[in-house]
Amino acid sequence: MIWVNTIVQGILLGGLYALFAAGLSLVFGIMRLVNLAHGDLIVLGAYLILLLVTLLGLSPFVAVLVAAPAMFALGWALQRYMLNRVLGDDILPPLLVTFGLSIVLQNALLEGFSADSQRLPTAGLASASIELGAINVGVLPLMTLVTAVLVIVVLNQIFYRTRLGRAFRATSDDAVTASLMGIKPANIFAVATGIAMIIVTIAALYLGTRANFDPSVGPARLIYAFEAVIIGGLGSLWGTLLGGIIIGLAQTLGAAINPEWQILSGHIAFLLVLLVRPRGLFPRAVD
Amino acid sequence: MTLINASSHRVEIATSASRLAAIAGFVIVVLLFAAPAFVSRRLLQDLFFILTMLGLAQCWNLLAGYGGLVSIGQQAFVGIGAYALFGTSILLGVNPVPAILIGGVVAALLAIPTAFFAFRLAGAYFAIGTWVIAEIVRLLVAQWKMLGGGTGTSLPNSIRREFWFTETIQDLFGVRAAASRDILAYWLALILVLSVIGGIYWLLRSRRGLALSAVRDNLQAARSVGVDALRMRWFVFISAAFGTGMIGALIYMQKARISPDAAFSVQDWTAYVIFIVVIGGIGTIEGPIIGVLVFFILQALLADFGSWYLMILGVIGIAVMLFAPRGLWGLFSDRTGIQLFPIRRRLVRPMISNDKREG
Repeated sequence: MIWVNTIVQGILLGGLYALFAAGLSLVFGIMRLVNLAHGDLIVLGAYLILLLVTLLGLSPFVAVLVAAPAMFALGWALQRYMLNRVLGDDILPPLLVTFGLSIVLQNALLEGFSADSQRLPTAGLASASIELGAINVGVLPLMTLVTAVLVIVVLNQIFYRTRLGRAFRATSDDAVTASLMGIKPANIFAVATGIAMIIVTIAALYLGTRANFDPSVGPARLIYAFEAVIIGGLGSLWGTLLGGIIIGLAQTLGAAINPEWQILSGHIAFLLVLLVRPRGLFPRAVD
Repeated sequence: MTLINASSHRVEIATSASRLAAIAGFVIVVLLFAAPAFVSRRLLQDLFFILTMLGLAQCWNLLAGYGGLVSIGQQAFVGIGAYALFGTSILLGVNPVPAILIGGVVAALLAIPTAFFAFRLAGAYFAIGTWVIAEIVRLLVAQWKMLGGGTGTSLPNSIRREFWFTETIQDLFGVRAAASRDILAYWLALILVLSVIGGIYWLLRSRRGLALSAVRDNLQAARSVGVDALRMRWFVFISAAFGTGMIGALIYMQKARISPDAAFSVQDWTAYVIFIVVIGGIGTIEGPIIGVLVFFILQALLADFGSWYLMILGVIGIAVMLFAPRGLWGLFSDRTGIQLFPIRRRLVRPMISNDKREG
């Protein structure tokens, strides 16, 4: 029974990692851009929510609604005025620019908020749990997984049911031809990064309510997110969810054997998938 | 009409600037070797820091600038090289000076499985893949209880007293043991950096260097003219790991204290190195030299400002990538055409004398 419990907790943790990864997966799928500052942007989102909570006395779940548009604007501007300039065949400029951004964000947060670890207040929600048979399921982890599934459903709807989604897919397939049809790739990319930042804000909400965070935790979140995207297969959002769950499961199972092995087991699961399926479980984009 | 004999054309690599640079370089190297005789110990330690960072930067530049392999996991090789030195000297009693070489070999061995996994990932994903592997190595080394686990360990004094050559240096300069260890580390760093730069320059001027540039510029085109791209990548990756591992071992021999978090720090051993290369000029040998000097001056000026320093470094790195992607040296070289380490082959026309024209 203890193993069933461990597996359930692992799947729920996977929901969090899928949320970290969904924005990364979206941006990569559309413009083949790997944003090395993704983890730090999640942490930035968490501090923004914290700021709204402490200054305006909002609940974190309300504050996220205020923070999301701001993060959308930030993502839009970031893409429009900085990242679009470095997109191209050479992978070096976007990598180095986002790496620089990651270092700048980490140290700006360190300067602004100190290295003390913080947590978003949840008024008891963090410790609430539901009993399902013999297993205790935390309310917050369950909400995280449900949110992750919802985010992916909504993203897929946008992708396949809307004009914007059609423009996304067209630009992703062939930006030059898409621009002949009246689509402006620069704007499409900016909107895509803006949407990714909304997902980042949602991920930040759960990052901050479920555990402590400080300015240095971003890179580790980037790595988990990246592993989930690769395991799932580039460009597949449902694959990303499964990838997140595999990392979550591996970490929880590893921790159950020896607490020191938690992070290590996640990484090793990633290498094993890479060994067997180098292009991930559901590869879609051909690169 | 005169036919110019084809054999009178020559292919040259050297330029007049590079010949001058070679002479100046020789003088500078002689001065650097003699430095312990006339500079303070503090300055010597600064020079050691500059040299080791320069060595790491040259290795990363070989990978990213010439090999097109953007790795964010070089701290794996710094850390494993350093731990190999501590492991062999503390557990097996090997003298740390030859153990530096062991550090390089162990790093090169680690590069084999790393490349096996990371080469499955293309482009940007390769970068984070190497980072994941560095994290795995850090977490595994932190489990190594004989070398202090997560908290790390120190080189015992009994081993520190036994460093090769230190007694000769003490007699030569009339200094105490601690100062003699600094001089030894400095000389080793100088030799290592000169070998790394010399090795890279030799490589780039050889046939392999041509193949390497071809692979970086266009993989398909290089393959179509018969370059074994994968073999070049393996070669570059393992060579860079070997150099990085030796420098890592030397850095920690001098520090004499190690912990997994410090030895596998992505900030100290990869972020700084990337900024040095990018700011100086990626894909040139001169670039990292300029970059490490800028880096050191910035650090000296901004040392009291803590995290502002890194923020400014990051902003400069981004600005250079956006507005001058070939770095400070690239700006200079484009304006003046000067190359100190030229690798481009140029066709030199023979001088046609007047009497020949008349005939």
